[in-house]
Formats: sequence, C-alpha cells, structure tokens
Amino acid sequence: MSDSPVTPGSQAPVTPASSAAASGSPASGSPASGPAVEPPSRWRKAFNEIIGGSVMISVLAVVLAIVAGGILIAVTDENVQKAAGYFFARPGDTFAEIWKSVSGAYVALFQGAVFNPKRPEFVDQIKPITETLTFATPLIAAGLGVGLAFRVGMFNIGGRGQMLIAAACAGWVGFTLHLPWGIHLVVAILAGVIGGGIWGGIAGLLKARTGAHEVIVTIMLNYVAFYLVSYLLRTPVLQAPGSNNPKSPPIDATAVLPDLLGPQFNLHLGFIIVIAATVFVWWLLNRSSLGFKFRAVGLNPNAARVAGIDVKNMYVYAMLISGALVGLAGVFQVLGTVTTGFSSGIDAGIGFDAITVALLGRSKPWGIFVAGILFGAFKAGGFAMQASQGIPIDIVLVVQSLIVLFIAAPPLVRAVFRLPDPANPKKPKAPKTPKPAVETREAVAAK
Amino acid sequence: MKLELRGITKRFGALTANDHIDLTVEPGEIHALLGENGAGKSTLMNVLYGLYQADEGEIVLDEVVQHFAGPGDAMNAGIGMVHQHFMLIPVFTVAENVMLGHEQTGFAGQLDLVAARKVVREISNRFGFHVDPDALVGDLPVGVQQRVEIIKALSRDARVLVFDEPTAVLTPQETDELMAIMRQLKESGTSIVFITHKLREVREVADRITVIRLGKVVGEASPTATNAELASLMVGRAVELTVQKDPAKPGAAALVVDNLSVIDPRGQVVVRDVSFDVKAGEILAIAGVQGNGQTELTEALMGLQDRVTGEITLDGKTLRGLSVRKVLNSGVGFVPEDRKEDGLVGEFTIAENLMLDRADGSPFVKGGGLQLSFLNTFAEEKSKEFDVRSQGIQTEVGRLSGGNQQKVVLARELSRTLRLFVAAQPTRGIDVGSIEFVHKRIVATRDEGIPVIVVSTELDEVVALADRIAVMYRGGIVGIVPGDTPRDVLGLMMAGEVPAGVLPADPEGAAA
Repeated sequence: MSDSPVTPGSQAPVTPASSAAASGSPASGSPASGPAVEPPSRWRKAFNEIIGGSVMISVLAVVLAIVAGGILIAVTDENVQKAAGYFFARPGDTFAEIWKSVSGAYVALFQGAVFNPKRPEFVDQIKPITETLTFATPLIAAGLGVGLAFRVGMFNIGGRGQMLIAAACAGWVGFTLHLPWGIHLVVAILAGVIGGGIWGGIAGLLKARTGAHEVIVTIMLNYVAFYLVSYLLRTPVLQAPGSNNPKSPPIDATAVLPDLLGPQFNLHLGFIIVIAATVFVWWLLNRSSLGFKFRAVGLNPNAARVAGIDVKNMYVYAMLISGALVGLAGVFQVLGTVTTGFSSGIDAGIGFDAITVALLGRSKPWGIFVAGILFGAFKAGGFAMQASQGIPIDIVLVVQSLIVLFIAAPPLVRAVFRLPDPANPKKPKAPKTPKPAVETREAVAAK
Repeated sequence: MKLELRGITKRFGALTANDHIDLTVEPGEIHALLGENGAGKSTLMNVLYGLYQADEGEIVLDEVVQHFAGPGDAMNAGIGMVHQHFMLIPVFTVAENVMLGHEQTGFAGQLDLVAARKVVREISNRFGFHVDPDALVGDLPVGVQQRVEIIKALSRDARVLVFDEPTAVLTPQETDELMAIMRQLKESGTSIVFITHKLREVREVADRITVIRLGKVVGEASPTATNAELASLMVGRAVELTVQKDPAKPGAAALVVDNLSVIDPRGQVVVRDVSFDVKAGEILAIAGVQGNGQTELTEALMGLQDRVTGEITLDGKTLRGLSVRKVLNSGVGFVPEDRKEDGLVGEFTIAENLMLDRADGSPFVKGGGLQLSFLNTFAEEKSKEFDVRSQGIQTEVGRLSGGNQQKVVLARELSRTLRLFVAAQPTRGIDVGSIEFVHKRIVATRDEGIPVIVVSTELDEVVALADRIAVMYRGGIVGIVPGDTPRDVLGLMMAGEVPAGVLPADPEGAAA
C-alpha cells in the first residue's frame, strides 16, 4: 500500500472527477496549445440560466421594474412630498398624490409610446406607435446580434464598436459613392453589415486563436472603434468638406432608407429589414446545420468538441454574424434615423441597450423582437413623460436597468411571486396530497 | 453508539427519494447499504449528515432523538462521513486538513499545529495508518488520502462512520486494506455504514446488509447471501451477472497503435510509449485504476489531444493528427467516459443528441438546413431499438436517468457505419438493467466483426467483456494478458507489478 505511488495521469488525485473534467478541457493554463478556454461549469450554468430562463421570468421582471419605477416616481414627486408632510393629519391626500403622479407618469409613457387619443387627427394619434417601432428597429437588430452570441456562449459587449464601424462604412458609401437609386442603398447596407461583421469577427478570431476572453476583447475594440471613427471624422475621409465639426456630410437621398408610411412618419424600411433579420436568425438557430452547431457549442462546448464540431470556428462564425447583425443597427442609425450626417455618438448607446434587449428576449429571435419593441416604447414614451409630467427621463433608464437586475436574479423574482423553482419542479404540489387523506379520516371519525 | 433511522421520508417535489426507511446500526457493526445508483442511498446519508432535512421520521442516537440543522450538528453528535470525493485541500498538509473546520487557536489567533500533529499521530498509531502529519495531501496516494479522511472524522470523536462508495477510486489491494481498516474500527466499537453497489465487498466485510430500491427498504440480507440473490434484490428481478458471449473470432489487426505518447498541457507525459493492436471482431479491455492514462489514450485515438507522438493506424490509414471530425468520419465510434460533460448536450432533446456528431451532411442536413422529419423518424426508431425510456424523443436528455442517457450515446455511435468502436467507462454510474443492455450491445458489435476497445476501471466489467486485457499503470501498459486472467494477477498489474510469467504468455506484450 505505502509503495503505491501518486497516480500520474490525474492532476488532482484528490477528486477523480476533477481530473476527468480537466482532461475534457485541456485548455486551462496552457499557453502553447491555446484551444478554446472553457469557463468553469458553474459559471456556465448561471450564464445559461440568465440568458435562457423562462418567458414568465422576463414578463415578471418587467412588471417588478415598473412597480419599482412607480415607487421612485412617487417618492421623488414634490406634491407627494408636500402631502406626506401632513400624512398623519390627512393620509388620504398622500395616497391621492401618489396615484396622481404615478398614473400620470405611466399614462404619459403610454401616450408617448403607443396611442395618444388627445390629439385631434388620427394620423397624429397613432404617430407614437410608429415612433416606438422606429426606435425599436436598431434595438432589435443589435439585440439579435448580441442574442446570437449568447446562444453560442459568448458575451458580445462590443455592440458600440461594431455599430460605429458599420455606421462609418455605410455612411461613407452613402455620401461618397454616387450610385443609382436602389443599388446605392443596397451597397451602403452591405458595406455597413460587412464592416460590423469584420469588427465582431476580429473578436471571435482572437478568442479562437489565442484564447483571449471575448468580453475584454470586445470592450477594448469599442475604444479602438470610437477613437478610430473620431479621428476619421476630423480627416477628409469622413468629415464634411468646409466644416470644422467632427461630423460627416449628409447621406445621398439614394442611400437613405425610404419611409414606410409616408413622410409624416419617421418609420423607415429598416423595420421591414429587421423583421426579415428576425426570421433569418430564427431559421439559422432552429433549422440550420450551422445553428445546430452554434447551440451545441453554447450549451456544452466539451460535448461539441468530442462530437467533431470545430468549436473555435464556431466562435469565429458566430461573432462574424453577431457583428453583422449589430452592424445592421449602425446602418439603420446612419441611413434611417440621422441622415443629415453623423458624429461619433451615432451609436446612441444602442450597443449596450441591445444586451438588455437580448436578455429580456431570452436570446430567442422573436423574444428579442418583442423586447426590442418594449424598449423602443420606453424610449419614445420617456420623452413624452418628461415633456408632459416633468418626470426626468432617467426614471425610464432606472426601469430599464432594474429589468436587467431582476432578469439576472431569477430566484429573486421567483421569491417575490412565489413561483416554483424549475430545477425542483412541482414542489408546491407535494404537501397538498396528504391533506385529503387526513380530512377523510377526520370525517370518518366524526361519523 | 447505536444509530437508528425511523421512518425517514424525503421528497423532492413529486419524487419520493426516501420512503419510510428504517435502519438500525448496532454499536460495533458494519452495516452495508446496498442499492443501485439513484436508489436513494446518498439522499438517506445526506439526511443523516444534516445536509437535507427529512420530511418525516427521526434520527435516534443511543435512544436520543436528534435534530440536525447542518453537518456541524451531525459531527457534534458523533457522526462522521468519508465522502466518495474526498473533501481535502491538496495544498494543505495532513495536519492542516485534519484541523480544518475546528481549528484550535492560541494567542492572537495563531493556529495550534502542534496539537493537530499530535492528534494525527495518535490516531494513525492506534490504527497503524502510517500517515505523516506534515505530508502534503496532494502528494499522497489516493488510498492514503482516504485514511486522512478517516482520521479527520475520528479526530472529531465520530462514533458512527459513514463510508460513501469508498472503493470507487481504489486498486483491489487498496480496497483490501480499507476492508482491514474497517474491521479494526469496528473492533474499537465504531459503528460503520458502508454504502456501495459492489456485491463482493459487501459480502466480505458487512455484518448485516440492507438493500434499498427506489427509495424503499426492500430487504435485509446476511453476508452469506449469494451475489445473484443480492443483485436480484437490488434490481427487483433476476440479473445475468456474466455476459453471455461466444468465443471471439479475431480477424486481422485493424487498429495498430505504435509507440504512442501523449503530453498533457502541463507538459507531463501522461501516456508513455504505448503499443498494442486490436483485431477485427475482438474486445480489448484497457484496465487500470482511474487516472493512469486511459482517458488521455482514448482522447489521443479520437484526435482530442494536441501533443501526440507515435503512430495510430486504422485499417492501414493513419489516424494521428487528424481532427476529431475526420477521425469520426473514418468510422470510429466513441463513448466518452463522462457522458454528461463530453457525450451529450443536456439541454438538447434526445433527437438532437442523436445527430450531434453528424450535423454536417446527409442524411440529417441538406443544403445547410436540418432535416427535422427525417431526424424524428430516425430518433423514434433508435429509441425503440435501444430501449431509451422517456416521455418521447423531444425530452431533454438531461432529464433522463444515467442508463437511458448512455443508451442515447450508444444509439448515436452504433447507428453509424463503424470500423472501430471505443467505449470508455461504458457503464459508469448506470443501473444494473442498463449495464446488461450496454454489455450485450458491445458484444454484438464485436460479433459484427468490429474491433472494440473497452476502457474500464471496474474489474468485473473488464473480466466479463474482454477477449484480451491491457493493464495501464502510470501512463504505460504493464502487460497485455488473455481475458481469462485471474483477478489477483490483474490486481497486481494494476498496482504496477508484473507477475512472473505474464509477459512470455503474451505475444503482443511489446509495450512494457
């Protein structure tokens, strides 16, 4: 016994399981071979739960966030504060004021985002919903990109950089090349999509070849893109001639996304394109061979590798497509929303909002579509809320942030609404079953 | 100390893991708890150790009802547990590990290591353990690490010791020594609960045997019961313990491995200069204690290892240096040893897992799109053929039992046209009924004339399946012996010794 030596194969003979796990991913700590670094499985499990939880959690997270937002509105409202000063004399006043401020805020949000019956003409009444869809268009596109990366197990935080590069490419084509109507638009869109794709693909390539973590790489590429575009906006490449501002010339009319519902609405062709993109991503993930491999890699990279799937290539392809979709959002910004020339703030924070949209949509294409519209509504309605009720638009940002917070903590949402834990299903049923038996026994005894 | 469990019931939602289990362990008794994986043994012990709270029933120690809110309470009451996966910190010394959790401190929080060393020495002298208190745990052999666990429990005055599958990681010789230790402990008055599913060990040391099936006590047996009796109690029906197979009709050497070495990412040589061949229509079993290079050897065959030297040829074509995809395409079927980690995507359905390693082309993929209707017909057919018990082919594989999961892996691999079949730990952690099925399919594969490699740490499985046995130790092959080699010879080989007369009897033993 005492001469039986250390087993050489297992790196940590203490737990045989760990040696099996370690051999499954020989990557860790080897700079030489550098295959894909797998995060520990506990982190992956939490990651999968956050990005892939149930629809119910998403809906309830929104509800909770709106309730919390309501509390904030009430607390910060001056009238409520005044009434609360004599709360014990006339508590009714406080509650009335709370109701007035909170309901006023959310009614304004609704009127700004969906339908405003106070306006005289029907066209004006339904204008808010078209505004919502306009705001939603780039959010959905970028959300699809981030969500696709999620499904392959990657966090694409580089939405800003990919959007900026895409916007610069599409914008440059838009005001430099003078092509015929139709072709110009298509070339500009393609240029943007390819630009975004390459910017995302760089991150994927670095992850696959060197094992660099995509979160770090994409964040750093955001800075590279921002300063690169800022620099180009001060050179003749992107800067409007004769101007001193870091701003590009306006886009040619031939490259602008046409309005869908006529000039009185801002809604542009991008919305149709984003519907097509949603269908495409759905098909890709659920019906294509590539998507099958994407999902396998996202859920269990070790099993995918053993099944002969080239995990590294999947990371590169996924980031290419993810970047292209996020790039589409940049294209919409520059060819649809701000056609009078863009600056380095053209991404408007959409690259980061897209992460929230993808989380809320559970990384599923149609979920992201719905979540994008909700966030578009928040954006459109937030302005109306500020204008009519004097409630700072920051409240909307707080609500958006709270949604992410609640989604990231499913047990919290489950606790608030007393939902069963999916990992431990049907729990509330168990204590119920013995009850009837007891009752009948008592009934028998009573007889 | 007398331990009594009275009517312990533990439910997880709709599942009743323990259903009114009664168990009495007398002082100085070794009580074996026998049952298949998933029978509820571990749940029961976690209730006893305070990790779970029982829904009904009570734990009684020496006629006093106990309420354990956590393992701390259980330890204070005198219950110690030796876990299957040791709860030790490899970079700490033995003494540090033993004191961990109830550190004695002196002035200004300084650790009292002297006292801890004394405790270790005292206990190891009492039982003749020969454990150095200052050795780093990570440097110790697995068998000695287990003794550290035992010392740890005894240092907290445990009067009831629970051994949870203690022999899973031990060589046959280490197992024998553990048995001796258990008898010694018993003589000193310690009560022992011995959890296992290995019948031979139970009959060797147990005073009484309680068999658990599906969360219920299905019977008590005495150690004189035969293996067949115990096995049929465990599974509820008569079980074939030996695999029915005809003598192999080996053909020409199909897989030839020549001077194969594997270097792991840490730069260690984990497979050393291994040479063997497998003939068409024979089963070569690779035996050995876990962690002696078997995992890396199979991974090297599959193209999963990066730094491989030597040569691997299958039917004259080289496999070395090919990608996993190409190895699979050249007709190699592979059952990985950790099916949850490497074999299946738990969140995928049965159907999706059945096409996992064929996601590239016909018949499952045409023009870049999945052929879902074909996949569904295929999955229905295969789950019937391989007896996968589920609520349908759209069930997530992660929800299936271990045995059914393994059948999904087998169905996937065996439904391709194979030229070589590699099964690593094909029956680890699955129920006896599924083991029977898996063994039958492996033998059937052999009888189709396919060369088969079975890697197993279970001697029973090796002996049951093998036509020839290669024993691995420290990355090398100790020797290749015929399938009917006695167990004690195999046991010695697994510990690295080459019994006299083994090598001359084996013409292929070029390795060692």
